[in-house]
Amino acid sequence: MSHDPSTPPADPPDGDRRGFLTKALCCGLGGVAAAIPAAAGLGVLLDPLSRKSDASGTLARIATLDSLPIGDKPQLFPVIATRVDAWNRTTAPVGAVYVRRTGEKTLQVFHTTCPHAGCAVEFREEKQGYFCPCHDSTFSLEGRRSEQSPAARDLDELEYEIRENGEIWVRFQNYLTGHKEKVPVA
Amino acid sequence: MKGLLDWLDDRTGYRKLAKEALFEHIPGGARWRYVWGSTLTFALFIQFVTGAILWMAYNPSSQTAWESVYYIQHQMAGGWFLRGVHHYTAQIMTVLLVLHLMQVLIDGAYKAPREVNFWTGLILLKLVLALSLTGYLLPWDQKGYWATKVATNILAIVPLIGPALQKIAIGGSDYGHHTLSRFFALHAGILPAMVVALIAGHIYLFRKHGITAKQPYKKPDAKFWPDQVLMDTVACLAVLLTVLVLCLRHHGAPLSAPAEPSEPFGAARPDWYFLFLFQFLKLSFLTEWFGHHGELIGAIIIPGVLMGVLFAMPFIGRWRLGHRFNLAYTVILLAGAGWLTWQALEQDRNSPDYQRAVAQADRNAQRVIELASGPQGIPLTGAADLLRNDPLTQGPRLFAKNCASCHHFGGHDGQGEPVKDPPSAPDLKGFASREWIAGMLDPAQITAPHYYGGTKFKEGKMVRFVQRTVAKYDDEERAALADAIVALSAEAALPAQQALDQREAARLAAGRKAITDTLSCLDCHTFHNEDEDASAPDLTGYGSETWLMGMISDPTHTRFYGSRNDRMPEFGKDERLSEREIRLLARWLRGDWHRGGVPAGSGE
Repeated sequence: MSHDPSTPPADPPDGDRRGFLTKALCCGLGGVAAAIPAAAGLGVLLDPLSRKSDASGTLARIATLDSLPIGDKPQLFPVIATRVDAWNRTTAPVGAVYVRRTGEKTLQVFHTTCPHAGCAVEFREEKQGYFCPCHDSTFSLEGRRSEQSPAARDLDELEYEIRENGEIWVRFQNYLTGHKEKVPVA
Repeated sequence: MKGLLDWLDDRTGYRKLAKEALFEHIPGGARWRYVWGSTLTFALFIQFVTGAILWMAYNPSSQTAWESVYYIQHQMAGGWFLRGVHHYTAQIMTVLLVLHLMQVLIDGAYKAPREVNFWTGLILLKLVLALSLTGYLLPWDQKGYWATKVATNILAIVPLIGPALQKIAIGGSDYGHHTLSRFFALHAGILPAMVVALIAGHIYLFRKHGITAKQPYKKPDAKFWPDQVLMDTVACLAVLLTVLVLCLRHHGAPLSAPAEPSEPFGAARPDWYFLFLFQFLKLSFLTEWFGHHGELIGAIIIPGVLMGVLFAMPFIGRWRLGHRFNLAYTVILLAGAGWLTWQALEQDRNSPDYQRAVAQADRNAQRVIELASGPQGIPLTGAADLLRNDPLTQGPRLFAKNCASCHHFGGHDGQGEPVKDPPSAPDLKGFASREWIAGMLDPAQITAPHYYGGTKFKEGKMVRFVQRTVAKYDDEERAALADAIVALSAEAALPAQQALDQREAARLAAGRKAITDTLSCLDCHTFHNEDEDASAPDLTGYGSETWLMGMISDPTHTRFYGSRNDRMPEFGKDERLSEREIRLLARWLRGDWHRGGVPAGSGE
């Protein structure tokens, strides 16, 4: 500090009413002045919380029944759906699914996202199961997790419908990873 | 608690720091005139807080910048308010900078030993102006785009290195993605970092030399805390209050239509605090005295010299009359800037061209937000495409340019401007609507300039038919004609009449029968039938989009006027207009465009 230390000014009269009031006002008004600009941004900061995706999922056409022989290995299909990305509304890939035909009119559809930490699982023909390349979770052909897997649950199975013209439609839905239960991403 | 704080103080020394910060010595006690530095620091705090959050929602590229700002302004919770606070604080900062500078000059706080601190202050002033300039472009709207172009074009007139400087600044030869990336990096990264560093130095030097107390002292000496802090806080609150009032009064910051390089923007103006520079470049002496060097001298050399004098003030101030010179110089400079600003505003106020450009800009801004808020959202190609493909925006322009030399639209040229010459073709406002067709089939109106009065068809068969035959219709035939009009108009499927047409389905059927059987329309026209001898335009789908597009493309086609066409150009066949433009015109004439209000919660 630049002032001459030999002539220190009298400290503000600490403790008296006026001094206390001034200090209290400083803190109060200063707090208000600092809080208002921060509050102005709170809405935008928390805006994502008010935006929910459709929890019931999106129906997407995946393939035709004819293209999947019964008992063949699971096939990987992209899911093309309407995607709202902030100001854009597009039709674009939103994810992928593994589809296996188990019978005349039955399928098994898995989300490719590993329920552990969200990497994409791959089907390994030699192991007859799914394998996650990130943390080595393994799942059986039926999607059951193996004991050693870090994943807390089995692969997420998705609902599907087979329409009269043989088209396969999947109700595509993302689930929170890391949870023991299947919790839809809202 | 005390133990914990003692521990913290031992490890950090925070008490000494706080003491130094708070117990600054103020000879003569706290005064209101010392508040300006603190208000500027506070304004900067507001900009950092609001800016950081805007940053989380902003997207710098030429296809997403406007779009993300639109999303902040009209879709995100309280986004318009956040933007408004950031925008108006920037404006207030300019005012505070001038007040701070004036206080420093009047109190002589720029003189030795405080020269360096004065210079850091001047550099900070320039940095804050640079922040304003770079921020103005970021929304990538028409206003920012065109106004900033002027600024970066001025860069290019710097001798030798100008063109290279400009290329570096805008990240290429022309405005694009990299212009935004660079301006954003400057605005949110480099410039704020420089401001923080310089403010640290500025405050350090201020504390090193102590406050320049104004004589005579009116009160006993005091410390910064708490009296001066309270005054500073109250002043900061006043600044904040001003910002909030401005923000609420103007419903947040403006956002004009997305940048459109193909559309000159007559309403382009820099923000008000740069208007004096803008106006200065208009002064005729620059060209008269310096010829083609006028711009270089007016935009760079003169402002540079004027600024140079400011930097030299600590030295000028050593002379006997130096301080008075400095004060007089600054007052004259500010008065000059004020006068130029007033002149710029006054000229715009009295310029019909400028007012028209502003009105058009406002319409486009309003319209693009209506479109962006529509069910389709904004295409990946960007919001500029919304206006490019909007019949309501493009129709009037295309009409005024291509059609208004013969046709009128409600008596004007489509854009609301009066037309000098009388029309030589029908007025197309409400074309194919029930009213329009009824007027055309009215013996009293068909030869008026509004319909066929200006065309060679004035002497044609249709006019003869209307004036001789229709004029003598009895009640029953008149009723059939009325039904026929409704049926013919329904062919157009005009959006405005759709509900009405649906309600009157029975009448439509009767009308169609009247056209084909009762009335003698099919003597010349076709109507859902084939007739090689037809000599008049096809009434099938009359006024529909396809019909209109065909008509505009090629009126000489046998489906329309054939060889009897009267001067109407073949816009499509001659490639005077593209198919897209013809479709826009047709849709506009049909009143076929997206309707919808601005979304709620937008602040507009």
